[in-house]
Amino acid sequence: MNLPGSQPARQQPTSGVAAAAAGSAAAAPAGSPEAAQATEQVGGQSGGRSLDPHLRRYAQRAAGMRASEVRALFAVASRPEVVSLAGGMPNLAALPLDTLATDVAELVATEGQSVLQYGSAHGLPALREQICDVMALEGISAHADDVVVTVGSQMALDMVTRVFCDPGDVVLAEAPSYVGALSTFSAYQAEVVHVTMDDEGLQPEALRQALDTLAGQGRRVKFLYTIPNFHNPGGVTLAVRRRAEILDICARHGVLVIEDNPYGLLGFSDQTYPALRSMEADNVVYLGSFSKTFASGLRVGWALAPHAVREKLVLATESATLCPPAFNQAIVSRYLARYDWQGQIKQFRAAYRERRDAMLAALDQHLPPGCSWTKPDGGFYVWLTVPEGLDTKAMLPRAVTQRVAYVPGTAFYAAGFGSRQMRLSYCYPTPERIREGVRRLASALEAEQELLHTFGARSAGGGRPEVAGGQSPSPDTA
Amino acid sequence: MTDRFVAVLSGGLSHEREVSVRSGRRLSAALRSAGLTVAEWDADGGLLPRLREERPDAVVVALHGGEGENGSIQSVLEMLGVPFVGTDPRACRRAWDKPTAKAELDRVGLATPDWVALPHSTFRELGAQAVLDALVERLGLPLMLKPDQGGSALGAQVVRDATELPAAMVGCLAYADTVLAERFVEGVEVAVAVVEGPDGPRALPAVEIVPESGIYDYDARYTAGLTTYHAPARLNEGTATAVGELAVAAHRLLGLRDVSRTDAIVAPDGRVYFLEVNVSPGLTETSLLPMAVEAAGHSLGQVYAGLVERAVSRAADR
Repeated sequence: MNLPGSQPARQQPTSGVAAAAAGSAAAAPAGSPEAAQATEQVGGQSGGRSLDPHLRRYAQRAAGMRASEVRALFAVASRPEVVSLAGGMPNLAALPLDTLATDVAELVATEGQSVLQYGSAHGLPALREQICDVMALEGISAHADDVVVTVGSQMALDMVTRVFCDPGDVVLAEAPSYVGALSTFSAYQAEVVHVTMDDEGLQPEALRQALDTLAGQGRRVKFLYTIPNFHNPGGVTLAVRRRAEILDICARHGVLVIEDNPYGLLGFSDQTYPALRSMEADNVVYLGSFSKTFASGLRVGWALAPHAVREKLVLATESATLCPPAFNQAIVSRYLARYDWQGQIKQFRAAYRERRDAMLAALDQHLPPGCSWTKPDGGFYVWLTVPEGLDTKAMLPRAVTQRVAYVPGTAFYAAGFGSRQMRLSYCYPTPERIREGVRRLASALEAEQELLHTFGARSAGGGRPEVAGGQSPSPDTA
Repeated sequence: MTDRFVAVLSGGLSHEREVSVRSGRRLSAALRSAGLTVAEWDADGGLLPRLREERPDAVVVALHGGEGENGSIQSVLEMLGVPFVGTDPRACRRAWDKPTAKAELDRVGLATPDWVALPHSTFRELGAQAVLDALVERLGLPLMLKPDQGGSALGAQVVRDATELPAAMVGCLAYADTVLAERFVEGVEVAVAVVEGPDGPRALPAVEIVPESGIYDYDARYTAGLTTYHAPARLNEGTATAVGELAVAAHRLLGLRDVSRTDAIVAPDGRVYFLEVNVSPGLTETSLLPMAVEAAGHSLGQVYAGLVERAVSRAADR
């Protein structure tokens, strides 16, 4: 059985960028259209005032960067009256802030001259050694030279895409996939083709078919972007027995694997899984992060790459930021050296497990028949499928009125899918708030179902296709 | 006047929170540059203690949607005896409810597109298809669907084909329980701000709106560059006067105070149709009222500083 909301690889790969660009010019399904005819009537726009004098200068990749009705609704989600099941903010409550404060003060006092100075684009050598120790927990044997420190793994993803993708190149990603990755791919004008997942993660057969189809079309596929553990937003994990097969398929088709693993150490039964990179060193770029295991605000992540790729990433980093912040790297390095960081991760796991349990129990208790959802063994997210006919994006205003927020499923696809899905996050609110949030969500779902029953129709979903990012909350949304 | 201390209220919990936050910031900066001392407050549980504690000379409501425009916040301010810029609670309610405002104008013979307002329950109880059929018979196509309350075009849709209607109703009713269906009037969309001074309410130059996509939806409103504005609007003198008169008439008729913005359509035959009026007009970088103020040769800070003085002296007269 397919993961709810999964879709087969498309026969006609569609670009999020192209779709959005077309939408801005053509689509006219929604909005306040009194003005629609005014344009024709008035004719040209000469002499008028555009509020953006730079409009004609933007690169094509900026075409999708615009205000969004859905994104605006998340502004309300940040208020305490609203239970936000929309954000992805890690819960930092368990961090030992007092002693960290002392340590950071000491760092400035004793090493201020170096840690407040530029560093190398490659990253702090001591930290790169420590990162290898962290990755060893998932079976990776790596040399510190092959680690490139980045401003969060998001930047690593950006650098990898920059180095590999020309406009029009194809990137494979799970269906659904991480919204931040989709928006990076769209920024580089790569085209995303989604590959089906089920309860055991990416389906090897679907991957094979997608690659064959694309080869038949003469498309150039650059890499497979995959989140094997505790998927965002899917909540599922790639079965260990599938891992070698996925690697083999990619190797045979000459496609690189980008393994994004921010949640791998957050398994609720203290379990870890062998990283794809632990099975194959030459054809995998591994992305890691301290955002979920220590502190997201420090923005320290990394890429582990084959040496030739690593050289390119270092140069790309240098042109993007000169170097990752030396100070933040030094804080992470000191933390790893002086604290029981593995014990801290255990505490995080326990906190997230409790929240996951609260959410799953509340979903069981409150949701109307016809809903189904994934049951994550780790990470931050549940992927919920609502009854046929409901449209999660169209329903969001109603949910916000009921004081609960989620991310509509369409955010996690390059275009066109996910209208029956939503992502629910349990990482930040307390278990009690999660229960209340699910209760409110259930009542919004019931009201929407009643509406649907009245009109016997699904909602149009409203508006033009949006570039990924337009429908998801900003990173500081709880 | 320069030592006034005012509180700008923005944010709130409506669907338009983000717009309101931006309006609040812009207005606060404008008032500061006009020499006033400004505090920016959200409308939350801390508001009443803050009002009692810090006692601003006046409050300016930059909340959009819900509480900020339906008279709720204004009622609270009135109960506390805090002077505020803008319309009193009862008139807010009349203007906020679009069908009510349209009926008031219609009653005195001012043109507004023919309309029907219906709650979800009517469709549920009488059968949706039969009611929708009647709706199309009466208003024709295309027609405009809007939530009966709310702004920023949220939930608003144009329906060109009867088969789109059920889905459009579902989308619209996610924002409110009652839908306002209007006959779609083709023409030039304009917004006319009205500001009160010593000699009563006066219309500022109309702003003409030309969205690139043809649709003045949320994106077109708040993404700079997606819409071209003409301030003053490219109307002949007679029509320009007529839209100004309509806006002032709406302001007076509905009992609005200090400032309002009327949205209207100028049909090809020159007839001007009232669409709706806003008691808390948007004040963001892409909003219409600041453009009108600028086109009139004023600054936003001066205009609102003047309105603050009006609010203060109104309270003193009481």
